[in-house]
Amino acid sequence: MPEDAADRTGLDGILEALTGRFPGAVLAGAFERNELSVRLAKESLASVLRFLKDEAGFNALEDIAVFDNLGAAGGDGRFTVVYRLCRFPGALRLRLAADVAEGASLPSAVPVYRSADWAAREAFDMFGVLFDGHPDLRRIYMPDDFEGHPLRKDFPLAGRNGGA
Amino acid sequence: MELREYDLNMGPQHPSTHGVLRLKLAVDNEVVLGVEPVLGYLHRGMEKLWESLTYHQVVPLTDRLDYLASLSNNLGYCLTVEKLAGIEVPGRARYIRVVLAELQRLASHLAWVGFMANDIGAMSVLLYAFEAREDVLDIFEEYCGARLTLHGIRIGGAVRDLDAPLVARIRAVLGKVPDRLDDVRALLDENRIWKERTVGVGRLSGADAVAHGLTGPALRASGVPWDMRKDIPYSSYDDFDFEVPLGANGDVYDRYLVRLGEIGQSIRIVRQALDGLPDGEFAAKVPRVLKIAPGEAFHTIEAPKGVLGFTVRSNGTDKPERVKMRSPSFINLQALDAMCRGYMFSDVIGILGSLDIVLGEIDK
Amino acid sequence: MTPFVADVLIPVGKIVAVILYPMIMVVVMIWLERRVVALMQLRLGPNRVGFQGLAQPVADAVKLFFKEDIRPRQADRLLFNIAPVLVMFTSLLAFAFMPLGEPVRIGAYTLTLWIAESPVGLLIVLGLSSISVFGVIFGGWAANSKYPLMGALRSVVQVLSYEIPLGLTVLTVAFAARSMDLVEIVRRQESSGVWYGFLMPVSFVVFWISAVAETNRAPFDLPEAESELVAGYHTEYSGMKFAYFYMAEYAHMVLVSSLVVNLFFGGWLAPFPSVPALDFLEVVPGFVWYLVKIMFFLYLYVWIRATFPRYRFDSLIRLVWKWLIPLALLNFLVVALVRYLR
Repeated sequence: MPEDAADRTGLDGILEALTGRFPGAVLAGAFERNELSVRLAKESLASVLRFLKDEAGFNALEDIAVFDNLGAAGGDGRFTVVYRLCRFPGALRLRLAADVAEGASLPSAVPVYRSADWAAREAFDMFGVLFDGHPDLRRIYMPDDFEGHPLRKDFPLAGRNGGA
Repeated sequence: MELREYDLNMGPQHPSTHGVLRLKLAVDNEVVLGVEPVLGYLHRGMEKLWESLTYHQVVPLTDRLDYLASLSNNLGYCLTVEKLAGIEVPGRARYIRVVLAELQRLASHLAWVGFMANDIGAMSVLLYAFEAREDVLDIFEEYCGARLTLHGIRIGGAVRDLDAPLVARIRAVLGKVPDRLDDVRALLDENRIWKERTVGVGRLSGADAVAHGLTGPALRASGVPWDMRKDIPYSSYDDFDFEVPLGANGDVYDRYLVRLGEIGQSIRIVRQALDGLPDGEFAAKVPRVLKIAPGEAFHTIEAPKGVLGFTVRSNGTDKPERVKMRSPSFINLQALDAMCRGYMFSDVIGILGSLDIVLGEIDK
Repeated sequence: MTPFVADVLIPVGKIVAVILYPMIMVVVMIWLERRVVALMQLRLGPNRVGFQGLAQPVADAVKLFFKEDIRPRQADRLLFNIAPVLVMFTSLLAFAFMPLGEPVRIGAYTLTLWIAESPVGLLIVLGLSSISVFGVIFGGWAANSKYPLMGALRSVVQVLSYEIPLGLTVLTVAFAARSMDLVEIVRRQESSGVWYGFLMPVSFVVFWISAVAETNRAPFDLPEAESELVAGYHTEYSGMKFAYFYMAEYAHMVLVSSLVVNLFFGGWLAPFPSVPALDFLEVVPGFVWYLVKIMFFLYLYVWIRATFPRYRFDSLIRLVWKWLIPLALLNFLVVALVRYLR
């Protein structure tokens, strides 16, 4: 960890570093419930993640969650993809959110965090979110020939085709 | 005759893979070149289902995720909802939750050691471990009426109070488990065959483990001291004095030792919790129809399998907008390929077993 | 005694007895294994069918008899059918040379409790035991499927490797007894007063370990490891053919136990013949002593199975080539030297 990042152990330091390094990429930053939440433009994801891992020391990607904003007002895209990073030891938490439109793609986190592999596959399988640069983006839960993305809000709970 | 590599398929029906998991192995004679897990055989659409249920109704379904440690799933979910809704859980309830969660960890690890030993061929250990587990399940049955899928932890606290007779029974069981564990240890710890099959097998260095996103006992066996109960304590875990067993080599043997060590520590925690059980309510008053203002919360716990996380997003109604579960076994299983490469085919079973995965959690 | 009785009836009777004897022992073993393993695992095991579950093997046999005999379409017909027969046949045939007890006097006639006595009886028994491996290979190969094939290959390597220490230790006994005739070996133990198991304990231990490996029993049961290859070389078998493999394995175990008892523990001899206080032991017929001793070794088989984990294949091979064979060789040299100096 370089010296400048070592000084900024607090979350405010991280936000500052991010806005400093990636002006224009950071759309919003807020502290909610003792955790820093940052909204990013999706194009900058790969480099931001690289910075956070290598220089700010966020060594764990805890989760990738996708939310379907169908019907909700505002936002840059139908889906919000949330990356939850954590730094151990010290347990500092960071929430990165990026919006992506239907059919558009996000840069993949796999080159930075290996554990993003299957989480991204799950996001693709369940929502149809595409990831650029993912080594093997295919369905993980549903059968390979399944049509549709089940966790989307417009996909019925009982499934299509009579739930067969 | 030339030797060539071929693909071997294990599962989804197989006496060994713990659940319906399919493994595609590329094997060169006996040496494994790569492992690709194929998932989805137990996918039940949990996350979709949860969006159509109220916050309370989701709790029993979380049992069915890691069905060998259902209380942990309950706890993870309830803590997240409480964080989102701003519900304050009373002190007694927090201690009861700790008791339940640690007893659950005991049951989960005992089941694990039994299955692991059985896979390697030591059949009797399975039954010894399960005999100890039976005592713990009997306590659960007395507490909430079920043995496996418990939902004994509800939003706001626990389902019932721990009265004096039950506390006495728990103490009695805590006295018996170490004896059974000693039997297991006597059969395995210094057993030459066990050690040949587990020492040096499935090695993963600490750095690799972290890079793969591993959590839980498998990570701690590689020497990385991350434990949510210590790092981000929840439900009053910081009140208790316990150690986190660590391994040195990150092989199957170390994972075995770490989990057995955790059993001992769980017993210690439960004793402290029972000794210091504060007075008060066993649950906060939570309305039947629980409406939560729009927001999002993420919370993690140290489940027996690793770090279990829930993200809950609310939309003002009594049903969640989205619940995303961060499954420890799902992330851990990704490391299987790296762990198995270069080892023998027979080792795959042992390495898979040492990861301690549950398909309910992986497939949701 | 008419020639007909002596030359036809009695031998035929013996043949029938010698076929029945391992079959009955197999039945006993099935029950013993399940009950004893269960009790060691703190559970009860089969105790419902008949008194203490003794009729369980009958129930198992009936069940297997009625099961559908499935042959995978891609299986090689001839080999698939021959394999179980081969395994069974070689195990049973070897019993022809096994002495089961002292010869019995009926009037003027001495009834020998074996079908054939050959100067190279030991060699024949070992040879037949080796041929049974072919049944395993055929079974694994004929099924034309990956798991059985891997199981068969492992079994072949295992059996071939463990034959070496087996042979070496058997040779030490042959040296001590100056004969390869099984009956002669038992008689020698009687005349020398000490059983070879106590005279050459290293031989016994190495022989026992090799024997357990030869019979594909735990902890050397990789070829049929339930949790790894489903069921190894007999995965694709069902019904009576599977029953043959199953019974043949137990028959082989009984054969090996007989061999251990005859070679190392005095066959039908009563223990402590030189202690006058224990003379009442001589009253018990030799056949009963023989049975008691093999029951002990069969129990030992089961006990080991319930206790130990399974050896991984390469550890198994390393064990035999790096430890057992050198040990057996050394032991052999020592015995040969002692024999030469005597």
